[in-house]
Amino acid sequence: MENLISIFVKSIFVDNMIFAYFLGMCSYLAVSKTVKTSTGLGIAVIFVLGITVPVNYLIQNFLLGLGALTWISSSFADLDLSFLSFIMFIAVIASMVQLVEMIVEKFSPSLYSSLGIFLPLIAVNCAILGGSLFMQEREYANLAEVTVFGLGSGVGWFLAIVGIAAIREKLSYSNVPAPLRGLGITFILTGLMGLAFMTFMGIKL
Amino acid sequence: MSQKVEKEPLFSSKNVKLITDPINVTNPVTVLVLGICSALAVTVKLKPAFVMALSVIAVTILANVITSALRKGIPPRIRIIVQLVVVAALVILVDEVLKAFVYDVSKQLSVFVGLIITNCIIMGRIEAFALGNKPWPSALDGLGNGIGYGVILIVVAFFRELLGSGTLWDYQVIPDSFFIKNGGFYENNGLFILPPMALILVGVIIWIQRSWKRQLVEKN
Repeated sequence: MENLISIFVKSIFVDNMIFAYFLGMCSYLAVSKTVKTSTGLGIAVIFVLGITVPVNYLIQNFLLGLGALTWISSSFADLDLSFLSFIMFIAVIASMVQLVEMIVEKFSPSLYSSLGIFLPLIAVNCAILGGSLFMQEREYANLAEVTVFGLGSGVGWFLAIVGIAAIREKLSYSNVPAPLRGLGITFILTGLMGLAFMTFMGIKL
Repeated sequence: MSQKVEKEPLFSSKNVKLITDPINVTNPVTVLVLGICSALAVTVKLKPAFVMALSVIAVTILANVITSALRKGIPPRIRIIVQLVVVAALVILVDEVLKAFVYDVSKQLSVFVGLIITNCIIMGRIEAFALGNKPWPSALDGLGNGIGYGVILIVVAFFRELLGSGTLWDYQVIPDSFFIKNGGFYENNGLFILPPMALILVGVIIWIQRSWKRQLVEKN
């Protein structure tokens, strides 16, 4: 249990998707103009990361990894299909996003209409594929750890986009040098927020 | 059709513009805000940044050509999946090539090679250009956008490596005797190695570019 909490906190603050790895920057920069839309996108990202990372973990361990196919026949023990992982992961993500979209549309039309276009766009959000690839690289021990890692990464992304959106709403009242307006200042602000998040680095949990 | 189609030369001025525009006025990173995800994490040193730039150029060109050749056969409803599969297959090829020839760099790039799949530049150019144009202009467009991305990557990596580690392409540039530990006056700036500095550097590049090309300044 302690282990799970530490993975959760670590993936939110220390290994933050945006400030430590710059993942999902495209939608982070494009959608962070108001707090309301960025909250919607943030929640959708938490949702999708929380589902795709564990599913991809199962695929990695029961289909692709070295000796993963031994549950079919012991003759597959030295078969390693992990070079296929990119294509499998992206296919899982694209279909999961589609599935999540249909489920949300069916059971909660209000949430569906508030997320709008962002749900399908998540399929090409680097943070989602990044979550699965980091899961593969860091070798977590079991399904619970992986799920917590996925959810934590999503929450970290959510915090980052809501934070920058709040700053950008306030920023419209200040006098930024013309060439720096919009994109430029957002980059520099993200850098400064990243520096602040770096104070969490090196914390052993 | 009896009407004679006028043949366009391979490098007509329109086609050359396809390459030169994305390097400056329609730069994918600083103007269109595409492909930043993977751009910044690999720029601590010049060498991985260069390899990354080459990989992205290769994937954008090939992905543009392939989808452009297939553009009449792809049903619009499932085009995203088709594009993702094309790009993912190309990225697997690039990944295998990197592992075979520059294994150490491929280890440094770690997950970021895989993340070329979700690099918005590639999907963006396929959607915006390759689906509506012939293979040859699409190839040039891919080349131009790949170079535009690579230029930013290499400029950022140049400053980060020079000021952060005192080296370029792993060769010592700043003489040993300059360093404080050897009785000199110079110290590497550790901030440049940290990830946030990449963002601030790109912010500054955007600032310089927009002061130079005023038409790019945003209104709000």
